[in-house]
Amino acid sequence: MKIDEAVKKIKDRFGNKVLKVYKHSEKRAYVDIDHDDIVPVMTYVFKDLSFRFNIASGVDTFEGIEILYHFAHDPSGIVISIRVLLKDKNDPHIDTVTTVTKSAWWIEREIHELFGVEFNGNKDLRPLLLSDDWPKGVYPLRKDFVPPKRDSRKT
Amino acid sequence: MSHKATIPIGPYHPLQEEPEFYKLVVDGEKVVDVDVRIGYNHRGIEKLSESKNFDQSIFLVERICGICSSSHPIACVQAIEEIAGIEVPERALYIRTITQELERLHSHLLWVGLAGHFLGYNTVFMWGWKYREPICDIMETVTGNRQSYGMMKVGGVRRDIDKEHIPYILERLDELLPKVDMVKGAVLDDPVLHARLKGIGVLTREAAIDYSALGPTARASGYDIDVRRDHPYAAYDRLKWNVITQNEGDVFAKAVVRILEIYESVSIIRQCLDRLPGGSIDANPKDIPPGEGVGVAEAPRGEVFHYVKSDGSNSPVRHKVRAPTYMNFPTFRETVIGQTVSDATIILAAIDPCYCCTERMIAVDDHDRTVLTPQDLIRLSQEKTLKMKDRIHKVC
Repeated sequence: MKIDEAVKKIKDRFGNKVLKVYKHSEKRAYVDIDHDDIVPVMTYVFKDLSFRFNIASGVDTFEGIEILYHFAHDPSGIVISIRVLLKDKNDPHIDTVTTVTKSAWWIEREIHELFGVEFNGNKDLRPLLLSDDWPKGVYPLRKDFVPPKRDSRKT
Repeated sequence: MSHKATIPIGPYHPLQEEPEFYKLVVDGEKVVDVDVRIGYNHRGIEKLSESKNFDQSIFLVERICGICSSSHPIACVQAIEEIAGIEVPERALYIRTITQELERLHSHLLWVGLAGHFLGYNTVFMWGWKYREPICDIMETVTGNRQSYGMMKVGGVRRDIDKEHIPYILERLDELLPKVDMVKGAVLDDPVLHARLKGIGVLTREAAIDYSALGPTARASGYDIDVRRDHPYAAYDRLKWNVITQNEGDVFAKAVVRILEIYESVSIIRQCLDRLPGGSIDANPKDIPPGEGVGVAEAPRGEVFHYVKSDGSNSPVRHKVRAPTYMNFPTFRETVIGQTVSDATIILAAIDPCYCCTERMIAVDDHDRTVLTPQDLIRLSQEKTLKMKDRIHKVC
């Protein structure tokens, strides 16, 4: 499957729900969709097109919290990243994709604690990397996070 | 009253490489549930990388793992090269391939040794680690360092391979092969190990796909993926080699995949040295434009994934790192549940999670309380092998 073919299949299936497509090269493409459509799009890409779920990555941008779901199609060596934007930084939320694949189990916990994104329907959002006594509402991978100054006399 | 007991393993012990905390819920001998807590070693590398420039971030990601310290930098430089559209010189691609395969060799030998130790085969442990030494020597010849090679840079590699060193490298590889044959024979032809490892901790192909398992863990379950072939990078598409797969998905299949991959790695290094093209080793790129890039590389444990976003400044806006164990680890839910406690060690070790941690175990019973040390856990595993040995010898 060529990258154009894969992108066309997604476009044909979801029509104007696909907001923007950016083809970086013959191996990489980025597809923007609305955050409400993530579950059907992911189901289609992961189950019907048999892509492998690489990982998701959050980015704190001026417009809001951006989440990229990266997918690889190993037989053809292409990677497609599905991008969603959560505009409300104070209360970002999106549907969980753990119902589609178990491989999203840990990364949703990670994005939840590092970016403060709420995954609707995911009941297991316990801390994964941060300690249990990490203060609530402090998200270290957001750009406004200021790391506490280390007092050298104490250490 | 329930007879279920909870066994905490970890998180800290001088023996273990990395701290992790396992919670095994057992009913008698059988494991009925398992949970894991990681993050004791979380160093905030993704955040730190945002404050480094692109050259520094390569050194930073090299320190993520002492064993995969060539895979992370390769994936990282490839992500940055993708943003800038940099063409890497041919010679540098071959040298990258050589360091990648040397890393795989030493990592797989290390794993074979550890797995042998947990099963009570200390000879395999001694062999595996002894024959790993010459690989570290070759690594020192090629990169200048036995570990943390400092070899990768955006646009190429930092050090060239001297012509005079090639015969030395080839000689060491020639010496290695008979030793690997020996290890292979000791592991794959041993009836006790067959009895001990076959059908243990099975990961089905469907589960491997659902969990997006990677590397030898996936390939042992018949999920035929290998980044080196599927998303070719460095010089892999110019060489002849095979992807090793097995269909059983048990611990034995994972051992077979790793041991046979050692032969492929040796063959790849030989081909690279044989065809090493001349020319420059560095494209000397100047700026990194705004954009996004994805870099993937096949580490000994599976695919390493790096996503880098640049805004045209000197340092990345976002740098996401995904190590293979991150995907392979959750498969323990499929493989450990339903097995016995004495098998849990080797099943958890079978995914090669930069080895698991056994600080102390407490088996809580209704009336009395037993404390098991990590040595006890290994002893349990070794005793099971002994028992099987006896039984097999009686039959024979």
